[in-house]
Amino acid sequence: MKTITKVEAGERRKTFIFLIPSLLGVLLFFILPFLVVIRYSMIDNPVQGNFVFLKNFISLIQNNAFRRAMMNSLTFSVIAVPLAVVLSLMLAVLLSGNLPFRTQLRTVFISPLMVPVASVVLIWQVIFHYNGVFNDFLALFGVTAIDWLKSDYSMFVTVTLYLWKNLGYNMILFMAALAAIPKEILEVAELDGCGSVGRFFRIKLRYLSSSILFVSILSLINSFKVFREVYLLTGDYPYDSLYMLQHFMNNTFRSLDYQKLSSAAIIICIIMIIIIGVLFVIDRRFGEDIEE
Amino acid sequence: MSGRAKSRHRKVKTGFIIRTAAMLMLLGGLALLFIMPIALTITNSLMSQTEIAANYGKIFTSLTGDRTYVSDKVQLKLIPDIISFSQYLTAFVKTPDYLLKFWNSVILVVPIMVFQIIIALAAAYCFARFDSKLRSIIFFSYIILMLMPYQVTLVPNYIVAGWFNIRDTRWSIILPGIFSPFAVFILARFMRRIPSSVYEAAKLDGCGEWQIFTKICIPLCRGVIYSVAILVFIDYWNMVEQPLVLLGDDALHPLSVFLSKINASDAGVAFAVAAVYMIPPLLVFLYSEDYLIEGVAYSGSIKG
Repeated sequence: MKTITKVEAGERRKTFIFLIPSLLGVLLFFILPFLVVIRYSMIDNPVQGNFVFLKNFISLIQNNAFRRAMMNSLTFSVIAVPLAVVLSLMLAVLLSGNLPFRTQLRTVFISPLMVPVASVVLIWQVIFHYNGVFNDFLALFGVTAIDWLKSDYSMFVTVTLYLWKNLGYNMILFMAALAAIPKEILEVAELDGCGSVGRFFRIKLRYLSSSILFVSILSLINSFKVFREVYLLTGDYPYDSLYMLQHFMNNTFRSLDYQKLSSAAIIICIIMIIIIGVLFVIDRRFGEDIEE
Repeated sequence: MSGRAKSRHRKVKTGFIIRTAAMLMLLGGLALLFIMPIALTITNSLMSQTEIAANYGKIFTSLTGDRTYVSDKVQLKLIPDIISFSQYLTAFVKTPDYLLKFWNSVILVVPIMVFQIIIALAAAYCFARFDSKLRSIIFFSYIILMLMPYQVTLVPNYIVAGWFNIRDTRWSIILPGIFSPFAVFILARFMRRIPSSVYEAAKLDGCGEWQIFTKICIPLCRGVIYSVAILVFIDYWNMVEQPLVLLGDDALHPLSVFLSKINASDAGVAFAVAAVYMIPPLLVFLYSEDYLIEGVAYSGSIKG
């Protein structure tokens, strides 16, 4: 191991000055208030401040609105995230080949990423309204009209909108990862008579494992943002199955219930950390024999 | 080549062509579906109020309640019967409200974009210049922070806004936005690829850390700065959660929230405003797709 001289250590320390503005901001705007959030979650009210430990969490978990919001958001993520990962990987593999027009196709698939949700909700309304285009289209096949945004089928709409917006980003990530796989290995496999399907499952997938991890985490975070579509389409009080965590948070902000807000934020934070941790462990198991 | 080999060769080739054609058809169809909502919003903004009413009467009457339209079938039309800029005129000349909301978006997004990048450049330089345990612990906490959804971060943001008495002002969104660790993350990943010999050479030439940072590091990062700027811009241009929680006053809301409130009353105008609102990011995209793709690719892994 290299030993560091005193002079060098001093120089190294000096570069910390560059971090100070950012670190101060992060401490002030995220870390310190988060400590306050932890405190709020364990006291009975901000004025008296009696320590109640887990009482706020228990009453939150028993709260019907919170449970519905949590269930809806998690159900959405469980359906949407795997679809987003698999479909974008398929697109990336197809567009990484030598297909004609692939750059143009790539551009098209990325473009929804640029479009603010608010700009396209009008079109989504025209399509998924009870009298809308999608029902007209389904009627050709004899399907009776469904009020998409006010029924239990609403998940279909939100997943579609989510995929439309997010596939492009994931696809770029996968295309970058595919391009980084050493060509020699693929060529050797081809000479050994390994078909394109075999090459994909036996080689590419192994090399992609850390990208799959990252895309999954990213898709998970973005799946919480589907609130935007839901809110802009249906407002503060949507159909039951569309009531998302952010709706719950917004309503709780309105009633200024700090205890509820804080304990909800902490529960969501813990769930996120657990999910990300699990994904990391899976990734380590799966990709351990591949040096990066 | 013998006749048989030739015919087999041809067979393989036609098989390849058919496969490619089928794939192109499939992907082309999908691409058409992807581009449709964008194209429709733009072309529909060029329709007159009467045409919008005729096409979508059935959908938007139920929202307005006070209008009755003649049509009984919804028509999704790509090409307007007559191209008219009347919606744009109503949206931006006759009613200054939309222009004001557009301005709200600009004044929220631009400072966040500029200052987040400036502060992130310095922070990333610190992370990339040397390795140490402390640095990696801080960097790791930045990543955790970056991965937290709004449902978690908005509560601390709301509390800080109370401390500084900036609730219901733009600062309550701008300040946390400036210190968001996203740009730090991408820039640090890029800067780590700059070989340390570059820095060492500059040091031998008598450069201090500040000079190395401004004269060597930042110029090398020009491309990735552009990429990060684009990503930050599209993220905040599309913001919904923060204004809803932090800005009680509707007058300060950006168009990304406000647009949903005009849908109900005036569909034609809403199409025009929606089209205008997506033009800046689309233009950025068309002119700098490569930078965007590079930026996304750099955000590509949480490791290393």
